[in-house]
Amino acid sequence: MTQTDMDVQQRLPFDLDRIRRDFPILKREIHPGKTLVYLDNAATSQRPVQMIAEMTRFYRDHNANIHRGVHTLSIEATDLYEQARQRIARFINAPRAEEVIFTRNTTEGINLVAHSWGRKFLQEGDEVVITEVEHHSNIVPWQMLRDERGVVLKYIPMLPDGTLDLDYARQVIGPRTKLLAVTAVSNALGTITRLDELIPMARAQGALVLVDGAQSVPHMPVDVQALGCDFMAFTGHKMLGPTGIGGLWARMELLEAMDPFLGGGDMILTVTMAQSTWADVPAKFEAGTPNVAGAVALGAAVDYLEALGMDAVRAHEVEITDYALRRLGDVPGVSIFGPPQAQDRGGVISFELEGVHPHDVGQVLDTHAVAIRTGHHCAQPVMAALSVPATARASFYIYNTTEEVDRLAVALEEVSRFFGVRA
Amino acid sequence: MTNEPSLLDDLYREIILDHYRTPRNHQEMEAPTCSAEGANPLCGDTVTVSILLADGRVQDIAFGGQGCSISQASASMMTEYVKGRTVQEAGDGARAFQQMMTTGEPQDLEGFDDIDALRGVAKFAARVKCASLAWKTLEQALDGRAEPVTTDERTESND
Ligand SMILES: Cc1ncc(COP(=O)(O)O)c(C=O)c1O
Repeated sequence: MTQTDMDVQQRLPFDLDRIRRDFPILKREIHPGKTLVYLDNAATSQRPVQMIAEMTRFYRDHNANIHRGVHTLSIEATDLYEQARQRIARFINAPRAEEVIFTRNTTEGINLVAHSWGRKFLQEGDEVVITEVEHHSNIVPWQMLRDERGVVLKYIPMLPDGTLDLDYARQVIGPRTKLLAVTAVSNALGTITRLDELIPMARAQGALVLVDGAQSVPHMPVDVQALGCDFMAFTGHKMLGPTGIGGLWARMELLEAMDPFLGGGDMILTVTMAQSTWADVPAKFEAGTPNVAGAVALGAAVDYLEALGMDAVRAHEVEITDYALRRLGDVPGVSIFGPPQAQDRGGVISFELEGVHPHDVGQVLDTHAVAIRTGHHCAQPVMAALSVPATARASFYIYNTTEEVDRLAVALEEVSRFFGVRA
Repeated sequence: MTNEPSLLDDLYREIILDHYRTPRNHQEMEAPTCSAEGANPLCGDTVTVSILLADGRVQDIAFGGQGCSISQASASMMTEYVKGRTVQEAGDGARAFQQMMTTGEPQDLEGFDDIDALRGVAKFAARVKCASLAWKTLEQALDGRAEPVTTDERTESND
């Protein structure tokens, strides 16, 4: 370890060795003698044994369908499911637990809003404003709504440094704007959105605000009330939880006014062959048997993060990102996209290695057991704005260490050598 | 360091890196008889193929686009193979190439010796589409079809 390395390690807000023991996958030898360096956390995080144990415990000891039985197991399962909702609500400081709808993922949450709110309340000529840095899941549902309903879709462009053009935002958000749908953190570049600027702009025009929290809820303290947004979608698999479970938070009066998303069991009050009446929120939006075990396990994942403290999670990510920005910046041929300061980013670094296509970078890194993401990161407009077909992206989480950043940096130097870009 | 060829050497054979660094027939063509564009949306690879036909033969061929070493080297090798051959032979080459990618077996085809270097790609499921792009685009150009080619049948992955 170098001296700076040790300094950084000492500043880290929690005991990384202890945390890493909770993630057995991090000990896996991907190739003989090469243990995993997992730097693809923006795609999905790894999972701690505590969460896995909670999921197993549910299936082993409490498994039953919810909301529909008088027997003990069904009551237990229902309680566990509802307790998970409460833990998640507290985690994002939702005023009421019932305002958290369980979904499969962020994508489903955004589609739910487009369907149940958009189709009911938006009319031809109404405007929805998104941004150029959105993940496809916060672009495509609005394009579909535009094509179906004649809603006008506008977007706030990205500046070359990866931040949003706030001056332009002031012009584009206007009296016809009914919704601003914006990500809290860009998954492609890591840029943190200035929600403190954008949300008041939208509110001043009487527009609602949907925040895509896929990259913020797992990584930093998030308080939906302090933000002043109306909808917040997030995903469990990026925050230590299982796949197939996520959440949508919305203000109660909106949820009450919105139409259901899917129709079926669990979401109705009464059904006759002529018509049905809807159940109360949140059941209205949770048709069919939900992912009960997933929700319970997501509750355990939230507990894990809360025990660390989200301020500490964020502080660790700033440290590691700051270290990585400097370390990767020193690797010959590496250029980094997005804001230069770790403070302005989530734990995401998108970069390019001169003369080597990202795909090849990722392939060679894999032989060093270094897992990164390469491609367009489901954000093709960002790639277009940067005039690159793809980038390589390293993204960090609670268990990543400065040694792992060093292994990435060393491996990148070998990539350059391998492709003969540098002698 | 061992002298055993690694999995990586299997993928990136020297001749592939050579074609990547100095691609052959990588230029524009003034008035092609037919051409096609192919893309790999997932990785952002693009390949364009322009062909000048005369008497049922590929008189000249050029490729453009950008992408990873495998996609660009494969395109470069494809143009070398196809140049001077009949349309029929070019089509046979494209089919043989795709056969090689699915089976990992060598193809007994005249002029395919260098191309055999790409056989190692068959072991890397994620890269097969990179290698196949140029050949599919070639077929598309020869068929004279206009719609863009994609070698990515999967829906895009999320992240
Ligand atoms: C910013 C952002 N929004 C939305 C999503 C979609 O999440 P999911 O695939 O879990 O629906 C992701 C990640 O995939 C993301 O990074």
